[in-house]
Amino acid sequence: MSIFLNESSKVIVQGMTGSEGQKHTRRMIASGTDVVGGVNPKKAGQSIDFDGTSVPVFGSVKEAMDATGADVSVVFVPPAGTKGAVVEAVDAAMPLVVVITEGVPVHDTADFFSYAQARGTTRIIGPNCPGLISPGKSNAGIIPADITKAGRVGLVSKSGTLTYQMMYELRDFGFSSAVGIGGDPIVGTTHIDCLQAFQDDPDTDAIVMIGEIGGDAEERAAAYVKEHVTKPVVGYVAGFTAPEGKTMGHAGAIVSGSSGTAQAKKEALEAVGVRVGKTPSETAQLMRDVLEDR
Amino acid sequence: MEYQAKQLFARHGVPVTVGTVVTRAEDAAAAAEEQGGRVVVKAQVQAGGRGKAGGVKLAETPQDAVARAGDILGMDIKGLTVHRVLVAPAADIKDEYYFSFLVDRANRGYLCIASVEGGVEIEVVAHEKPEALAKVSIDPQTGVDDAKAAEIVAATGFPAEVADEAAEVIKKLWTVFIEEDATLVEVNPLALLGDGHLEALDGKMTLDGNAGFRHPDHAEFEDKASADPLEAKAKAKGLNYVKLDGAVGIIGNGAGLVMSTLDVVAYAGQRYGGVAPANFLDIGGGASAQVMADGLDVILNDTQVKSVFVNVFGGITACDAVANGIVQALQMLGDEANKPLVVRLDGNNVEEGRRILDEASHPLVTLVDTMDGAADRAAELASK
Repeated sequence: MSIFLNESSKVIVQGMTGSEGQKHTRRMIASGTDVVGGVNPKKAGQSIDFDGTSVPVFGSVKEAMDATGADVSVVFVPPAGTKGAVVEAVDAAMPLVVVITEGVPVHDTADFFSYAQARGTTRIIGPNCPGLISPGKSNAGIIPADITKAGRVGLVSKSGTLTYQMMYELRDFGFSSAVGIGGDPIVGTTHIDCLQAFQDDPDTDAIVMIGEIGGDAEERAAAYVKEHVTKPVVGYVAGFTAPEGKTMGHAGAIVSGSSGTAQAKKEALEAVGVRVGKTPSETAQLMRDVLEDR
Repeated sequence: MEYQAKQLFARHGVPVTVGTVVTRAEDAAAAAEEQGGRVVVKAQVQAGGRGKAGGVKLAETPQDAVARAGDILGMDIKGLTVHRVLVAPAADIKDEYYFSFLVDRANRGYLCIASVEGGVEIEVVAHEKPEALAKVSIDPQTGVDDAKAAEIVAATGFPAEVADEAAEVIKKLWTVFIEEDATLVEVNPLALLGDGHLEALDGKMTLDGNAGFRHPDHAEFEDKASADPLEAKAKAKGLNYVKLDGAVGIIGNGAGLVMSTLDVVAYAGQRYGGVAPANFLDIGGGASAQVMADGLDVILNDTQVKSVFVNVFGGITACDAVANGIVQALQMLGDEANKPLVVRLDGNNVEEGRRILDEASHPLVTLVDTMDGAADRAAELASK
């Protein structure tokens, strides 16, 4: 098992014919993902060849789902068109929509997220995220597939490269699933959603949770861990030395006043028994200790 | 800044008197005449707490306005130099309220926070009298219609005589929030004036940079004059750079990894007398030689920098491409590259990347295997 994505997932790509879409579709296929189609109304009926795998282009998400039984869509559509693309997928009741696009206006995200919530048939991951991977099974997004293998650790992270770094640090153990939820102020899937899914996944033994400054998602996740998570959780929070009032790359990563600091997040997590590392390597070591004690 | 927020308020029909912006003290006299003689002179910087910092003064006469403007122009407020002041009519205030719309991360929608206890710092109200703050969630699908505006008015407890007008102002502020793609619209105070009407006497907005593509006019609101010159230079090159105060220049890929790098360097710096990171710089996924050269160029021009730590995890961009980027960047910069570089590469094609750097054997470049080890080395070099 794994969360959200497994060996039977059928993936379509919205924005597959653009340069980023093509590059990453090729990588997804190379890592064993079952990519069954792309969507572009202007190129409907064509096929695109990815090193010997021919992928058909459909005119709409609905057509692609009807023809292929796709249950995951990965969105590479540029910011101005992202909201329209996601709404189209929600209207087609696509079960999982992974929005890779960076730079989506927060009002657009608020809009398509609440639209999806109201319909209740679509989970959105992202935007501005690297997607998710269940190693050896399927890869929906841009996480490099060759960092590590399938294993029994679950990983949820706001940051893409820290996801890669942590997968690399624990590459000898491997992962059930790794989910990059994105660093924007509003994201479709939260730390809590992933903690819940990992808790329920029989093939996940322990969970690494990576956060960063800004907002209070980590504090809320801590409260959730206390009530609902019995599996060991190890945490890392980036940005201990970030100054107040400066946005650190991610639109959501900003310390304002005393709220959103890494220290507050660390304390909230430790208060519920989550061991928190000061650096990625220390965090990985904490997880090693957990796994080797078992 | 306040006057810009007020301009946007005015654009959407929110009752507001923008006032006149001046950049030279002597111009304040004419501005004060224009605004009715008795005026408030207000520092225009992108920071809160201007009043407390002495950046807001009442002037009884135009001559007085010149003196007050002279006091305020050039002041430093939270690290920002005051380059302009707003001269606005002194209002006859009967009561002051607080009002804001913001993005609600927790509920992944919007939130209205309002209070009849306005005119003071809202954090103080939140702390001392939390029951005086009304918080109303707003569903992005329905927004603020008549019913929602009435709900906000009731929850806030606006007095009956201003309830209808408050509802109208609230709907207009909602239009500002949505149509300008703001993540924050704040009015403090929303004042009840002597004539019985409401007016936004001060305003603050945060605009969503991601929405710039549909608001070309928002570019003018950037505070270029107060920006750090290195930040301005980095921005012109499209780099995601924040100037900090230390001696170890940082370049990395991915916001989270760079934040983490700052932490690791700060911890390592404690072993070398408190050496700290000099900046945040995320060169993103596709680190070409040009991006690497631009990044190094900005960092090497920071006179505080004594060493540079390049920390890259090769994901989408392979380490060999990054290594080639570093080598070419050093060639492009030539003699300008004059500070030691500590490089840590991991991930995709790392062996090839390390081989390229080994072969180039540039005298300034040290390759270290781990992030912790590289941070230690960079901090040590900066302490010398």
